[in-house]
Amino acid sequence: MPKGVLIIAETRDSDVRGVTADAAGAGRRLADAVGGPCCALLAGNGIAGEAEGLGAYGVERVYVADGEGFAAYAGATWLAAVQAAVTACDPALIVLAATSSGKDLAPRIAAALGAGLAAAVTDFDAREDGIVYTRPVYAGKIYQQLRLTTPIGVVSVRPKAFEVEAGHTSTPEVENLDIQVPEVGETGSAVEAAAGARVDLTEADRIVSGGRGMGGPENWPHLEAVAEALEAELGASRAVVDAGWRPHSEQVGQTGKTVTPQLYVAAGISGAMQHLAGMSRSKVIVAINRDPEAPIFGVADYGIVGNALEVLPRLAEELKDTAE
Amino acid sequence: MNLFVCITQVPDTATRLKIDAEGKGIEEQDLTLVLNPYDEYAVEAAVQLKEAGTAEKVTAVAVGPEAVSSALRNSLALGCDEAVHLTTEAPLADPLQQARALAAFLGGVEADLILTGKQSVDDDTQAQGPMLATLLDRPCLTEAITLELADGNVTITREVEGGKQQVSAALPAVVTTQKGLNEPRYASLKGIMAAKKKTIEAIAAEAGEAGIEVVTLTLPPPRPEGKIVGEGTEAVPELVRLLREEAKVI
Repeated sequence: MPKGVLIIAETRDSDVRGVTADAAGAGRRLADAVGGPCCALLAGNGIAGEAEGLGAYGVERVYVADGEGFAAYAGATWLAAVQAAVTACDPALIVLAATSSGKDLAPRIAAALGAGLAAAVTDFDAREDGIVYTRPVYAGKIYQQLRLTTPIGVVSVRPKAFEVEAGHTSTPEVENLDIQVPEVGETGSAVEAAAGARVDLTEADRIVSGGRGMGGPENWPHLEAVAEALEAELGASRAVVDAGWRPHSEQVGQTGKTVTPQLYVAAGISGAMQHLAGMSRSKVIVAINRDPEAPIFGVADYGIVGNALEVLPRLAEELKDTAE
Repeated sequence: MNLFVCITQVPDTATRLKIDAEGKGIEEQDLTLVLNPYDEYAVEAAVQLKEAGTAEKVTAVAVGPEAVSSALRNSLALGCDEAVHLTTEAPLADPLQQARALAAFLGGVEADLILTGKQSVDDDTQAQGPMLATLLDRPCLTEAITLELADGNVTITREVEGGKQQVSAALPAVVTTQKGLNEPRYASLKGIMAAKKKTIEAIAAEAGEAGIEVVTLTLPPPRPEGKIVGEGTEAVPELVRLLREEAKVI
C-alpha cells in the first residue's frame, strides 16, 4: 500500500540547488496530508555529504545515488534512480520542482509507473476525499483543479510556489542506492553557464524587464543600473527578443518564461496578454510606460506614466541614495 | 529515415477564453483552433530534414476528436507527406492517455525520429514527449533549440537554469521542440491545395483509462487595483518610498 512522499532533490554535480526547498516545502505538507514518511532521493556526483542537510526540510530518510553518471541531468539515468527509490520506499506521491529537468523527469516517472501527473502545481487543498491540486493552464489565463486517481501520483511544483516551514531539526536516515545506469540512454553535458547569469528568471526574487518602449538595445544600461541597485535579474518582452535586442533566455511571457518574483518592474512594456501570462502572478508589479492606457497598468500595483529612459536613471539613483 | 511529428490543436493564444456552464471545460463557441505553436517548430524541423534529403517521409499524427483533423490538414499543407488521426470521442484530459494512444500506433511503425512541441499551450503539462518516449522505451531529448543528426545519433542544445546543456542519444529517439529552433514557414497555396486532396488515415485511439480527474476550472483571482504614483521622474521618490514602506519588497 503506497504511503508517504518521495521528494526528488534537484542537483548539479555535487550541489543541491536552492529550488529543492520549494519541492520539499510542498512535499512535507503533502506527507502530512497523505500520511506516511517524507523521504528524498538525492542523486548527484559527490553529493552524499548533502544528505544530512535535507533534515532541515523535514525529510526523514534520504536515498542517495552518488556517481559520475549523475553529474549532469540526463532523463533516462535519473528515471532509473527514481525507480530504485520508489521500489525502496513505496511512496504514494513523488514530488519535484518543475524546473527544466523536473519538467523533463516528472512525465517520464508518470509514464513508467502508470501514475497520474499534476504538473507545475501552484497550490493544493487536502480535502476529506483526497487532494485537489491547482495548476495554471492556457498560459495562466485559467486555473485547473484536479485530482490524481491512481494509487501513486506524480506532482511537480512551480518554483517559488511553496516554502519550507522552519523548525525541522531531525537528522534523516541515509540509505545508498545501487543504480544500474541504463545502457541505452541520453548523455547530458555539463551546463555551459550563460555569461553573467546569476539566478534563473523562474527562480528570481526580483526582475527588471524591458520592452519596445526602451527604444533600442543601446539603452539597456539604464535597465541594468536599476537591476544592479535592486539585485534583480533582467527580463524582456517578446518584441525585443524577436527584434534581436535581448536573448531568448530573458523572455518573459507565454512563449518565454513564467516568473513569480516578489518584485517585477516592467519598463517600456505595453502589457500584451501573452506577456502578462508570464508575470501576472508576481507579488508586486511596477509599470513604467509613456502611455497611460497601456494594459500593463491594469495589473500593476504601482505605475509611473513617463519615458522609461528618463525614469529608470532617476530610479537607479533614488534606490542607491536611499539604500540602508 | 522516417520522421513522425505528433501535433495537437489548441485555441489561438489571443483568444478570450470562457469557462463553460459545467465548469470543467472551455466554451467551444467562437474558438479559433490552431496548430499548437510549439508543434510548428517540430513540423518545420521535420520538413527541413526532408528537404535536405536526410529524411524520406514525414508523417503527422494527432490524437483527438473530429476537429483535430484540421490541424493534420494544416501539417500536410506545411509539407508533411502523410497524416494519421488517432480518433477519440472526446478530448482526452490526461496527457498519459494521449501518450498511450500515440505509443500504441508509433510502436508499430518504423519511426527513426519522433518530433513534437515541448508543450501544448492548452494544458501546459509539457508531458507528451517524455511520456511517449518512456512508453516506447526510447531516449527523449526535450526543449531543443538546436538539432543535429550524425552517425545514427541525435544531439540537441537545451536551455536550462543559468545556461545551456547539450544532450545526445542514439536513434530511434523522441525530441521535443522549443522556440528558437527554427522559423516555421507559412503554408503555400500549392501546399494547401495539395493537402486538400490527401487522405488522412483514421484509426481508433487506444488510450486506456485516465489517471487524473478535472474537478473544476476557475479564473485566477483578480489583482487588487493598483495606483498611478505620478508622472515622470518626479514620481520616483514616492515610488521608492511605497515599495519600501507599503509593499515592503525592498
